[in-house]
Amino acid sequence: MKYSYYPGCTLKNKAVDLDRYGRESAKALGFELEEIENWQCCGGVYPLGADEIASKLSSVRALVDARDKGQDVVTLCSACHHVLKRVNDDMKNVEDIRTRANNYMALDTPYEGETKVLHFLEVLRDEIGFSELKKKVTNPLKGKKIGAYYGCLLLRPGKVMAFDNPENPTIIEDFIRAIGAEPVIYPYRNECCGGYISLKEKEHAKNLCTDICQSAKGFGADMLITACPLCMYNLNKSGNDIPVYYFTELLAEALGLKEGSCDE
Amino acid sequence: MNNRKELIQEISGVNPYKCMKCGKCSATCPSFAEMDIKPHQFVSYVLNDDVETLANSKSLWKCLSCFACVERCPRDVKPGKLIDAVRQTVIRQKDADYLRPDDIPELAAEDVPQQLLVSAFRRYRR
Repeated sequence: MKYSYYPGCTLKNKAVDLDRYGRESAKALGFELEEIENWQCCGGVYPLGADEIASKLSSVRALVDARDKGQDVVTLCSACHHVLKRVNDDMKNVEDIRTRANNYMALDTPYEGETKVLHFLEVLRDEIGFSELKKKVTNPLKGKKIGAYYGCLLLRPGKVMAFDNPENPTIIEDFIRAIGAEPVIYPYRNECCGGYISLKEKEHAKNLCTDICQSAKGFGADMLITACPLCMYNLNKSGNDIPVYYFTELLAEALGLKEGSCDE
Repeated sequence: MNNRKELIQEISGVNPYKCMKCGKCSATCPSFAEMDIKPHQFVSYVLNDDVETLANSKSLWKCLSCFACVERCPRDVKPGKLIDAVRQTVIRQKDADYLRPDDIPELAAEDVPQQLLVSAFRRYRR
């Protein structure tokens, strides 16, 4: 199976581990991530204004490219996933945005939200299957107690993201079980890390991340995993002594693709 | 900046009249303590056509766009989208950017992810 892959700006630079181990794991699991040529930055956050068109076009271009190849789009970054999925929903369901974006794009075939947008975790759950993943694990991460940190971007708004139950998600916990480790469920797993606020208001983000880290530690987690480079950055900057890894790092480790262990 | 109610409704796509003032948005907001005007009050200010006060509030720059209020509103009012719409009316004016490229060297460490910069620019600047 071949997917159109949208890496996003940060995976080419500060989050190379999220990208590299994701690609290597995909190969080992029998699917290919074919990078979209000349993809443009999604902008990091979904433009909320109903009258915003130009800021959504980079996502539309990626979605059109995938449609023309007959492929689904896969992302690893939570933020790219959030933006692409919501813009795709606009193109499918919001007539005004669809009309104006298509007027601007002037495509041979207008785009109407045909492309399916999947997060890498959704591919693991819905296309590979966690039970199949479990069979391919050669190095189960026994004894590791891992807190899934969802944050906001993967889950909300639940109706559009349709990723998992936005208040009581299970996908990352199921992933953790599949790679042989033990998930730790804690109350702050879908609370916000502060996101972009950490640029101008570092103390505010630090307080939010401290609540998250303390909550996870209090429930017995030894480490957190995330799919978002900004969550990773904010959590690390908060100065709490709980390590944070990308979920793909642990996946690669469980598949025997990574030398050494994350927490050694 | 009076009589902006219609503009805010247009940009946000939100119908503030649906609000029943249950306060769930404020109860769930991770920035509640930092805000001078709380999310549920935001809705009332829009209804009272006092967008000017909102435009000058600290809250405008405290919202994280985490969609907790949007997800949990029992009336689908989406306070977070209202806050963003007011923010848009501010930053769409000339020289009203809340973040400028010249601010970056002082604010950002070298390890800052690109995602943080593009996200902040999109929320704070036209």
